[in-house]
Amino acid sequence: MKHETLAAKGAGQLTLYDLAHARAGDKGERLNICLFAYEPQDYDLLVEQVTEPRVRELFRHRGAHSVRRYLLPRLHGMNFVIDGVLEGGVNGSLNLDGHGKTQSFRLLSLPIARSGND
Amino acid sequence: MDAFLIGCGAGFSGDRVDAPGPVVDHLIRSGAPAGLMIETLGERTLALAQKARQKDERAGYEPLLDALLRPVLRRCLDHGIPIVSNMGAANPRAAAERIHRIAEEIGCARPRIAIVTGDDIAAQLSDIPLQPWEGDDGRALAEGTQVIAANAYLGAERIRDALGAGAQIVITGRVADPSLALGLLLHHFGWAADDWPRLAAGMLAGHLVECGSQVTGGYFADPARKPVDGMADLGFPVVEVGRDGALVVTKPENTGGMVDLRTVKEQLLYEVHDPAHYITPDVIIDLSGVSVSQQGPDRVAVHGVTGRAATDSYKVTISYPGGWLGEGEISYAGPGALARARLARDVLRDRLELRGLALRHRFDLIGVASVFDSDDGALSAAALQAPTDIRLRMAVEGESRELVEAATQEVLALLCCGPAGGGGVRRAATERIHTISCLAPKAAVHTRMELLA
Repeated sequence: MKHETLAAKGAGQLTLYDLAHARAGDKGERLNICLFAYEPQDYDLLVEQVTEPRVRELFRHRGAHSVRRYLLPRLHGMNFVIDGVLEGGVNGSLNLDGHGKTQSFRLLSLPIARSGND
Repeated sequence: MDAFLIGCGAGFSGDRVDAPGPVVDHLIRSGAPAGLMIETLGERTLALAQKARQKDERAGYEPLLDALLRPVLRRCLDHGIPIVSNMGAANPRAAAERIHRIAEEIGCARPRIAIVTGDDIAAQLSDIPLQPWEGDDGRALAEGTQVIAANAYLGAERIRDALGAGAQIVITGRVADPSLALGLLLHHFGWAADDWPRLAAGMLAGHLVECGSQVTGGYFADPARKPVDGMADLGFPVVEVGRDGALVVTKPENTGGMVDLRTVKEQLLYEVHDPAHYITPDVIIDLSGVSVSQQGPDRVAVHGVTGRAATDSYKVTISYPGGWLGEGEISYAGPGALARARLARDVLRDRLELRGLALRHRFDLIGVASVFDSDDGALSAAALQAPTDIRLRMAVEGESRELVEAATQEVLALLCCGPAGGGGVRRAATERIHTISCLAPKAAVHTRMELLA
C-alpha cells in the first residue's frame, strides 16, 4: 500500500492485509501459510509484529499447538508452519474447508501497529 | 539460454479440461525442446481411484484423462513433445490402454507409452518397516486397519528411464508431483543422479508449475489488493529450464492471468514447511537463498536454489475407511435471522440427544462464522454483528450412511418443527477416506518401468 494511504489510516485500523499477501497450503494435518510484504520496506515491520506467539494466538481456538516461523529476507517473506489447526485435516475435518485454504485470510486480518517514525 | 520448456496442463484432479491446449500451442511455437506434464493426484485421489478399480478392473485412473488428453495428443506426438503424467493413479496400465484407444480413434500412429509402477505397496505393507511422518503429529496406523491404498511418492528416476527407452508418453501412479518435471529434465540434460544443485533446480521447476494456474493468477486474485485479468481463461504455466538450472516461469500469450513476482513467491512456498529443508524423493531442496526477478511481461526468473543429498526413505500415504460425513443446511433471513438460526442449532443439538445420535458434530452459522471457526463454535459465539442472511450448517461424522442420514433428517424436519421462516434445506451423505503418512526405506520399495508393446 502507498504510504500516503497508510498515513490516512488511523491507529488500530491497519491490518496485515494492508501490507502483505499470503497463501495457505496443507499436507496431512499440517498447515503452512506463507506471507510476503508488498513493499520491501514493510518487511521489518512484519518480522517485528507477525511473531510465532501472535500467530498461535490467532489460531488458538482451532487447537494450534505449534507455530514455527521461517524468515526469507530475500523474498521479503516468511513461512508459518502450524500444527494441530486442521481439526482432522481434509479427510477428517467437519469444517467446510478441511484443507484450511481460507486460513491465509485469517492471518491477514491480524492488526498491525505502525510506529510514528515510519 | 538453450532451455528445455515444461508446460503444465493440469494441477489437480478436477482442473480445467481446456487448459492444456494453449500450453501445447506455446511449446510448439517456441520451437524449443519441450515436454508436457499433467498432474492430477491429490493426497486422497489415489484412494478414490483404488476403490474405482476394485469395482471395475478397467477403471482406477484419472476420470478426466480423455477430456484432458484427447485435444492435445496429436499435436504432442507430431511435434515430439513427450507427455509425463500421474493420471495412471491406481491403474497406470488401464490408463495407457485408454490412451492407445484415443490415439487409434483420432487416427494417430500407436504411441510408445511407458508405465511406472511400484508405488503401490499395499500388499507389502506388513513387511516394510514404516516410520511415522512428523506432519501427522506422530499418529500411527492402528493395528488391523483395513487399508484402501498405500502408495509411496516415487522420484524421477523411472520417468527418466522411460524417456530414455523411447517412450513418448509416461504414465505413473503416485510420484512426487515435481518429479514429473525432473524426469523430463534428467532425460534431456543428462544431469547426474547426485548433481544436487541441478536436481534441486529441476524439482523447483516442477514445484512451481505442478499446481497449474496457481502460479499464473489462480488461488491468488483478490480484486481489492491483487487484481488479475482474464480469470476465465487463465494461461497455465510454462517453465524454461537451462542446462545449468536457470529457471524462468512464464505462460502462453493471449491467455488470461499473469506471472509476476507475487504469484511466483506465493507458489514458491506453497505446501512447503522448512524452506531450507524441503524433502523430496530426489533431493532435499534448499529455498532459503532463493530470489526472484521480473524479466519481462509474464516472465519471472527464480535464482539461488540449491540442494543436498536425498534421504533414504520415501513418503508413503496410506488411506483407510473414515466412516461417513453427513451435512444438512437450512437458511434464515431477514429480521431476527441470527436468533432464529441459533434457535435452530440448539433444537438440533437437543434432537440429536433425544434420538440417541451421539455423533461427533459441528454447527456453522454461515454468514456469521464458518470456515474460520472451530468445531466448538468459538468464533460464532463471540460474533457481535447480526447479519440478516444466514445459513445454518450441521456436519456429523458416523460409522454408517444410515446413522448420518438419521441425523441430517433432523435438519429437514426443521421445515415444520423449527423456527419461523426456515427454508432451502439441502442434505448430503459422503463416504470418507482417512489418510496417514509415514516413511518407508527406499530399499524396500521396488520401482519398475515398462515400455508397453
